Amino acid sequence: MLQTHQNPVYAYSHSADQDTPAPVHHPVIVVGAGPIGMAAGLDAAAQGIPAVILDDNNTVSIGSRAVCYAKRALEILDRLGCGQRMVDKGITWNLGKVFFRDDLVYTFNLLPESDHHRPAFINLQQYYLEEYMVEQIRQTKHLELRWKSRVTAVAEKDDHVEIQVETPDGAYRLTCDYLIVADGANSGIRRMLGLESSGQVFQDRFLIADVVMETDYPPERWFWFDPPFHQGGSTLLHRQADNVWRIDFQLGWDADPEEEKKPENVIPRLKAMLGEETEFELEWTSVYTFQCRRMERFRHGRLFFVGDAAHQVSPFGARGANSGFQDTDNLLWKLKLVLDGRAPQRLLDSYDAERVPAADENLLNSTRSTDFITPKSAVSRTFRDATLLLAEEYPFARTLVNSGRLSTPAVYRDSPLNTPDEERFDSKMVPGAPSTDAPVNAGDWFLRLIANSRFNGLYFAPTDGTLSDPELTALSSLTEHADIPLNILVAGLEPTDNLPAGVRAVSDTKGVLSKRFDGRPGTFYLFRPDQHVAARWRSLDRQKIEAALKRATACS
Amino acid sequence: MIETRKLNVQPTLSRPDDFYNALVEMHRELSEEQSRLANAKLILLLANHIGDKETLEEALRIAAEGLN
Ligand SMILES: Cc1cc2nc3c(=O)[nH]c(=O)nc-3n(C[C@H](O)[C@H](O)[C@H](O)COP(=O)(O)OP(=O)(O)OC[C@H]3O[C@@H](n4cnc5c(N)ncnc54)[C@H](O)[C@@H]3O)c2cc1C
Repeated sequence: MLQTHQNPVYAYSHSADQDTPAPVHHPVIVVGAGPIGMAAGLDAAAQGIPAVILDDNNTVSIGSRAVCYAKRALEILDRLGCGQRMVDKGITWNLGKVFFRDDLVYTFNLLPESDHHRPAFINLQQYYLEEYMVEQIRQTKHLELRWKSRVTAVAEKDDHVEIQVETPDGAYRLTCDYLIVADGANSGIRRMLGLESSGQVFQDRFLIADVVMETDYPPERWFWFDPPFHQGGSTLLHRQADNVWRIDFQLGWDADPEEEKKPENVIPRLKAMLGEETEFELEWTSVYTFQCRRMERFRHGRLFFVGDAAHQVSPFGARGANSGFQDTDNLLWKLKLVLDGRAPQRLLDSYDAERVPAADENLLNSTRSTDFITPKSAVSRTFRDATLLLAEEYPFARTLVNSGRLSTPAVYRDSPLNTPDEERFDSKMVPGAPSTDAPVNAGDWFLRLIANSRFNGLYFAPTDGTLSDPELTALSSLTEHADIPLNILVAGLEPTDNLPAGVRAVSDTKGVLSKRFDGRPGTFYLFRPDQHVAARWRSLDRQKIEAALKRATACS
Repeated sequence: MIETRKLNVQPTLSRPDDFYNALVEMHRELSEEQSRLANAKLILLLANHIGDKETLEEALRIAAEGLN
């Protein structure tokens, strides 16, 4: 088969930690260098926590796996320094098309609104994502990635965790304050500790084929239910980088995976779909089955499970890696505050309080999509087909068609870290929501301004465009807060040069910022380091902001 | 019998026999499978017309009542 990509081989190197009599201590150790483990490491570094990532392998993901990365994942990767390369190499798309038998049933646009830095989705082979992350890690101080280092034992002690690592030149031990477990869906650590991940296995098989071809198909997501070229099953087509197209065929439970993935069986399927005359080269085939399941809790004392180790979803909706990035986005700033003694241990419980419901939302969506795509009974197939038959002409039925509800970030609506609204806002930016984006200054973006891994404030200045002395005093004291100094942006200011340190003017070039936040004069938003809204008010009240900061860090 | 709060279970059809006849008539030329699809489409159309979640939930409960 043709190869557009060669997996790199990363060299194992001996670590000085292996030569000491007593185990060397690191604040944070991450098990697994998949996308989520690497995000954990990069986020630790962004927060200023020295960290070590251990991986039992010496390369990136092999073959065709994750394809679609959502806007929120790209924004998180921006904060970690890898977003731009992803977007540059990836294929940007916003449009999806759904076909039933011979007909186009409907078209959807995932990002109907303009003025966002990042698109709704990009497609990119998982190995590229991982390569960019490895390269970013190599350029990052106080962050180390050790290949061919398999974690074989984990013991939690009173005030630390001790692990055993196996390498090509022997085993050694390490200790850490916190262990982040990112060892994937079949987590060995989870098993070692007798913890379960439970849920549902779906009785279906899907064939993945990556083909290289030059066509003028637009970069859209095309999904077929029961197409003429693959009757009875569904098919999904996505364009990836390097002219590689990814096709997923639903095969049914009785299919023989070994037979199905043989080129002599795959090629006729592809020809039926793409047309006899289309020229293509087969690059990869595999057959997968899937599960929807999660652990009961993701925090176990000093151990934190993230990504597929904590929760696993079916691929419809692209909620796997996309949700994993939100796990580490949620966790690392909390670990930093606790390690620094600026927040109590119980702040770490909010990782469960926020990410377990988020996982449930992803599981629910993925399970429902799977039920629609793979109906489990005759009656469920009848309703599915009836919906598709109606959808072509009747708009209401399109809302019922479920070919994957594509990943959107969770809103931590019921989080104990939120300060509830006291006033009315005409904005979706409720406490717990991840911040929206807006164009600001000259060619910049709001999310970039609050990508500093710190707490941020956004203040909408009074109508006259100047700040009074009491306002200046309040803002500047917030930037000097002993435990959690704020970084503050002020929108709607006339040009001025007497802003206190830590307070910066932001120009709402197109008025989009005020619109999306319903930012009337006097409005103040408080953002957490993961860019989720912690609280908002209609007037500037230092005491309320300080109380909300306490709450957002579990200090009250 | 299930008590309803939202779903109207009192007679509202102006000509019940006509409606019943039309319902059966809809299926006359259809195969078993086509009938199943037509029924499913009908349910989806009516459910969307009703829209209200509670009303629909009451109807779903009554429909399954006593069948197993
Ligand atoms: C067909 C398919 C399509 C998908 N499509 C999408 C998509 O479009 N979008 C999306 O967001 N997600 C998608 N996913 C899901 C995505 O691939 C996963 O969610 C993602 O890889 C999870 O990352 P992870 O870092 O948690 O785990 P993994 O990527 O599984 O990484 C775990 C790492 O841990 C290492 N490891 C394991 N045990 C040890 C140990 N004891 N010591 C040291 N290292 C260890 C492994 O070698 C591996 O490198 C798809 C998945 C599949 C199968």
